[in-house]
Amino acid sequence: MVGGRGFGARLLRLYLPLAFFLVAMLFPFYWMLITSIKPNRELYNARIMPLIVHEPTLKHYVDLLTQTNFLTWTYNTMLVAVVTTAVSLVLGAMIGYPLARMRFPGAAVVAIGVAATYLVPQPLLFIPMADIINRLELGNTLTAVMLTYPTLLIPFCAWLLMGYFKSVPRELEEAARIDGASRVQAMTRVVLPLCTPGLLSAGIFAFTLAQNEFLYALIFLTKSDVRTVPVGAITELIRGDVFYWGQLMAAALLGSVPVAIIYSFFVEHYVAGLTAGAVKS
Amino acid sequence: MSVRPAPLARPAPVAGRPLSLRGLLEREGAFSWIMLAPGVLFLLAFVAYPFFYGIYLSLQDRPVARAGAFVGLANFATLLGEGVFWQVTRNTFVYTLVTTVLKLLGGLAMALVINQSFRARNLVRAALLLPFIVPTILSTIAWMWIFDPTFSVINWALVKTGLVSTGFSWLGNATLAMVSIIVVNTWRGIPFYGITLLAGLQTISPDLYEAAAIDGASATQRFWHVTLPIIKPILVIVTMFSVIFTFADFQIVYALTHGGPANATQVFVTYAFDLGMSGGQLGMGAAAALTLLPALALVIVVLALYLRRE
Repeated sequence: MVGGRGFGARLLRLYLPLAFFLVAMLFPFYWMLITSIKPNRELYNARIMPLIVHEPTLKHYVDLLTQTNFLTWTYNTMLVAVVTTAVSLVLGAMIGYPLARMRFPGAAVVAIGVAATYLVPQPLLFIPMADIINRLELGNTLTAVMLTYPTLLIPFCAWLLMGYFKSVPRELEEAARIDGASRVQAMTRVVLPLCTPGLLSAGIFAFTLAQNEFLYALIFLTKSDVRTVPVGAITELIRGDVFYWGQLMAAALLGSVPVAIIYSFFVEHYVAGLTAGAVKS
Repeated sequence: MSVRPAPLARPAPVAGRPLSLRGLLEREGAFSWIMLAPGVLFLLAFVAYPFFYGIYLSLQDRPVARAGAFVGLANFATLLGEGVFWQVTRNTFVYTLVTTVLKLLGGLAMALVINQSFRARNLVRAALLLPFIVPTILSTIAWMWIFDPTFSVINWALVKTGLVSTGFSWLGNATLAMVSIIVVNTWRGIPFYGITLLAGLQTISPDLYEAAAIDGASATQRFWHVTLPIIKPILVIVTMFSVIFTFADFQIVYALTHGGPANATQVFVTYAFDLGMSGGQLGMGAAAALTLLPALALVIVVLALYLRRE
């Protein structure tokens, strides 16, 4: 780097825009945090400088945990996310594997069908789905959302995993086959272990998508004790025209923490999953 | 119930091999279809069937919990005859178009910024992606408070710096409400563009830039003639994905404005939700949702072909 001019250029090209992006992207989370620990007299006083907390309190968190079903919602959200992720990963891998490595009649049709189901947005399906769930008498059960979330996640997992499955050299599989491994063994003992990064990527990505689900949960889950965090927060912490802002922010923050923690452990895998669709592997 | 693809013709049993599950699993075709069956059946039952059932519903006058009556295209005719529908169409296109342009430019800028080398780059990248990770409804709750008519922090800043004398009613004014949902969608989407485009930038070999620099290309020329052509395929795919999901967005609009004030931010999906769920008119709602299809189908077909081409 050359002296002053170099720093000036770097300031303009790197530090200033970087600071701008960081502030713009992270401010809402900062806002969530400090709002959640402000006492009401600060929250609803327009004359107080709002950017910092003067007398922090955990009252909203206590209220959220004791006066609402927040813990139940969290449990429901986690349960649904884990089950749907597992189901989607298994079924997605079972679709992706033959599509990536086998030659069989009908492969092209299935491949296009899977791509199409991935891209058909849920808004086209929610009204007929509401009627179907009603007729199956699954309203207000977590089964309803566990059946519907994978509609998006299975095609996604299949699509993502296909890229990884394709990348395993055929010779490895053939060597195992010559040694007497069956097709199933070649898959479970040779190909799948080599695709662990792909399985992780798909799993993490599917998990965050499942946590983000809202529309189906909003429609199917109308009783408090079966709700997920997003639906519970938006329907029960806003009553009529009354917004419980402190509790809303506490719920938003606590609801985001599990996703953020899991994400922070697997950032690389998440990013790989995110970019796999766009960048050829 | 749903249509299952015709079972594929099996090759004639090979003499000497017993027709057991084990034997079957050794054949490529049989193995493939046994593996595919559960997932494909699931998708047929919960995607294909609802899709066609939705088309069937859209042709009915069908209140919730009662039998429907076939009305042909009457629902569509009613929709097209209503001013609200055209307003919804306009809103959806404005929302999608403006956010896409902003996300594209913002994401590209973000990618170019973090593609430079600096300390803690991985940490910064992870932090910048947070808006995209956190459940949309939960982050939108923070934005609801940011846009609060009385306690908006934006208003506070604007008044404090003397730019305006009284704050705006962000979600109460037709134009500002549209601006607000655009801001939130852009905020959430920029990291998606930024991180995927960054992955594209990282595939570019530094040699190319050096060669271009030696040939006397300026930084701007290098961007237009080296960077852009290389990341173009990624740019196209990311943009089309984003267009599909923005076009069909529900969460941000539902949480921030519920489509208001007076339908000023009503988009296709919130409109269909209001008709079908809140209003209990399943037929009308299904019809409204299906009006998304023509525009979406175009993007989807292009994207599917593009993806298949690799």
